[in-house]
Amino acid sequence: MTAEEYDRILQRLGREPSYTELGLFSALWSEHCAYKHSKVFLKRLPQTGPHVLQGPGENAGALDIGDGWAVVFKIESHNHPSFIEPFQGAATGVGGILRDIFTMGARPIAILDSLRFGDPNDPKTRHLIHGVVSGISWYGNCFGCPTVGGEVAFAPEYAGNPLVNVMCVGLVRADRIFRARAEGVGNPVFYVGNKTGRDGIHGATMASATFDEGAEAKRPTVQVGDPFTEKLLLEACLEAMATGAVVGIQDMGAAGLACCTSEMPARSGTGMTVELASVPQREEGMSAYELLLSESQERMLIVAERGREEELRRVFAKWELDAVQIGEVTAGPDLTVRHRGDEVARVPVDALAEAPKYEKPYAAPAWLKELRAFDPLALPAPADYDEALRALMGAPALASKEWAYRQYDQQVGVNTLVLPGSDATVLRVKGTRRAIAVSTDGNGRHVFLDPRRGAAMAVCEAARNVSCAGGRPLGVTDCLNFGSPERPEILWQLAEAVEGLAEACRALELPVVGGNVSLYNETSGLAILPTPVVGVVGLLEDASQLATQWFKAAGHRIALLGPDAVSLGGSEYLWTRHGKQGGALAPLDLELERRVQAAVRAAIGEGLVTAAHDCAEGGIAVALAEACVTGKTAIGCEAALPAGMRADLTLFGEGPSRVVVSVEGGRAREFEALMAESAIPWQWIGATGGARLRLRVGGEMVVDVSVDHLEHAWRNGFERHMA
Amino acid sequence: MRFGVVVFPGTWSDCDFHYVISEVVKQPVKYVWHRDRNLADLDCVVLPGGFSYGDYLRAGAVAGRSPVVEALPEFLAGGGLVLGSCNGFQILCEAGLLPGALMRNECLQYRCQSTSLLVENADTPFTRALRPGQVLTMPISHGEGKYHAEPETLRALRQRHQVVFRYATAAGQVTRAANPNGSAENIAGIINEEGTVLGLMPHPERAAESAIGGTDGLQIFHSLLGSLVEDGTFTKR
Repeated sequence: MTAEEYDRILQRLGREPSYTELGLFSALWSEHCAYKHSKVFLKRLPQTGPHVLQGPGENAGALDIGDGWAVVFKIESHNHPSFIEPFQGAATGVGGILRDIFTMGARPIAILDSLRFGDPNDPKTRHLIHGVVSGISWYGNCFGCPTVGGEVAFAPEYAGNPLVNVMCVGLVRADRIFRARAEGVGNPVFYVGNKTGRDGIHGATMASATFDEGAEAKRPTVQVGDPFTEKLLLEACLEAMATGAVVGIQDMGAAGLACCTSEMPARSGTGMTVELASVPQREEGMSAYELLLSESQERMLIVAERGREEELRRVFAKWELDAVQIGEVTAGPDLTVRHRGDEVARVPVDALAEAPKYEKPYAAPAWLKELRAFDPLALPAPADYDEALRALMGAPALASKEWAYRQYDQQVGVNTLVLPGSDATVLRVKGTRRAIAVSTDGNGRHVFLDPRRGAAMAVCEAARNVSCAGGRPLGVTDCLNFGSPERPEILWQLAEAVEGLAEACRALELPVVGGNVSLYNETSGLAILPTPVVGVVGLLEDASQLATQWFKAAGHRIALLGPDAVSLGGSEYLWTRHGKQGGALAPLDLELERRVQAAVRAAIGEGLVTAAHDCAEGGIAVALAEACVTGKTAIGCEAALPAGMRADLTLFGEGPSRVVVSVEGGRAREFEALMAESAIPWQWIGATGGARLRLRVGGEMVVDVSVDHLEHAWRNGFERHMA
Repeated sequence: MRFGVVVFPGTWSDCDFHYVISEVVKQPVKYVWHRDRNLADLDCVVLPGGFSYGDYLRAGAVAGRSPVVEALPEFLAGGGLVLGSCNGFQILCEAGLLPGALMRNECLQYRCQSTSLLVENADTPFTRALRPGQVLTMPISHGEGKYHAEPETLRALRQRHQVVFRYATAAGQVTRAANPNGSAENIAGIINEEGTVLGLMPHPERAAESAIGGTDGLQIFHSLLGSLVEDGTFTKR
């Protein structure tokens, strides 16, 4: 906390705060809880739309998906804890986001993880990957929510600051959404779930600072998870909500009890009194300060309807969990905290909720211009394109992530129609014909070179993934991972990236209904690549009309939809082959992006498409190779790509708004008619079949490689680093 | 056929079994709470997957001593059938209703993947709709699924045809590479001597609809229905 912030507290209280009160302010005014540096930008994001049932400001956002159902979803980071203690850090990241979903009354149906690490050859990074993946596996599997997607990417900038972003999606009846409100003066306030211990005290503050050499010494600020208790808490909360006795509910996440007891009344214009001695404790002699700021996991605060306390107690007793009344809702405006009868804090809830907002100066970094001016075509073209493609398919970033996801239960709930490994995961909504498609995306290298366009491209790609599965994108959750906002160049990255997200979301009509900002991702002065991770949820009105990315049979025609413009700037090829990070990104036309996605969805909806795959990292060559090898049985293909550019740019250049589809020969006419209606650039480029991938550029055969070889490279490219 | 799906604290395949039995197999089904000892109105009790009581001790160790499991011998004596999948199989071994034990996977990691199962014994109430040598596709999802038993127990299981399913290749070859967890003799599922208790690590409820993992798992439910009609249990009750 700064001296100015302390002065602000003095002014607001009209006196010196007590030690406990100061603890409350320092946690709730931390960057992690209060978004001090980012709030000024976040209001640029579109947050409303016809499907929005709940926008930002609650535990999670909610969208109407029809037939009386709503999806509740959010993405959150657990970066700092995961670097200090990867297993528990990642596990409690999963636990935290699950609670955000089921406090809304929704049953979690899917988890996606967006992970970033340093070089997988580095033993320290390997240790982190093993820890993070097993932490996610342990928590999600034991809890019983399938982990169905996400991405893993690598760059040296993440070595000292790995990113662990976890997204969760839940389902709830649209008229049964619960909110984190403390309404009804005199209503009892219940503490439910796990007992409070000394773990995670000031976790929110730790997560709002940069790291230096001694980061590992902060291990005691990392919480310890218990997925079994979380599972009981889920069932008990949903059962308690069904009784009708629950008025409001909030997860005790960052800043624990302090956060709930101030945010819930602040949202409702009420106050609260609590007696800390009533809080179930697993350690003796905890101080008021510790009880308020502990981030022990698997706990919730419930405001119940007065007179119906017994109904609540009965449900929690059935699930063998504590449910103890610790206070009540008051008319306000204060949060009054007592400990064994003594008043230890009395603070207006508004004062805690209204942290200072900063508008700090920002400026584009001087080095960026030179970096962007780099011309990848000044580098030599590969002599052997077969080898270049094989190397890309085997690059850890592009290779199969089966090593990770086979450790995750992907099917519990029997909803998963498309398992991990396609552009988007598809989950059905039981009792309806509907399904939802979900994807996360975010390319730090693109955003590093051009924060605005790179961030906009992340929205487009996540939405395109959903469209390629046949889903109409409905809404976005975002996790903004950046370095220290106290540096003008980092703040500029953040400002530009948010602007890019906002532009793309407006163009694609995607409201941002929730998310998280994680700043201070720096160790010893080295910041991560600026990494906005975008999660998109889309709707399939007919679950049977879904598409996957792999070719289904020989003899299907292949079309490329979208523009020709691509660039090697910031590409995976440039990094993997040349170890370089520079150049300009391909242009992005948001209106064209929207039309291409609509065309893909229309083609899938008409049943004209047998596979649809986004052209992303690695360009069209990798997109085609993936369509060949990621299905159950590999199928080759032959394609002729337009001339006019150097072959490596044509094959591996990356650009937005491009999708590869396969079409049965007999439906080609219908497909052509539909594309003509869609008014997008497109072309037939080849056909599926055989056991080789053969690519011509301007008539010359530049790639002719066995799909078995490509599959082998792709299957082992990541796993071989993990053995 | 009246099914009861047992719910322990920490069970998570309960809803999936309930859904498949009521919506796909179209049979009456109810949840049975772990403290419940009254199973009188049921024909088949299902012990589903999950982490009962958190499984912080050995998997299934606490559940194996729970009231509902203590009531199973009497239920079996009255003509009932018991199906344990995943955690249910672990619980049945812990309770002594099936021989052997399930240990940590040989790879020391959790495994969720599709497996091919060779049907060895189709002469059970759970498999009569199948034929020996048939290969089924069903997913597994567990961290402790490595079947272990003493050599004499394994011999006895073989002699009495108590091994119902083995992990195999898609072509039905029982190979080391097809064994996902290091189970002794690739054992994926066994039955008790009386033929009334089946335990298997794979998830039949996740292979009961063509849109979700195929329909091979459904054969187990169809077998059960056939058994019920054939042995006249309907008229007995």
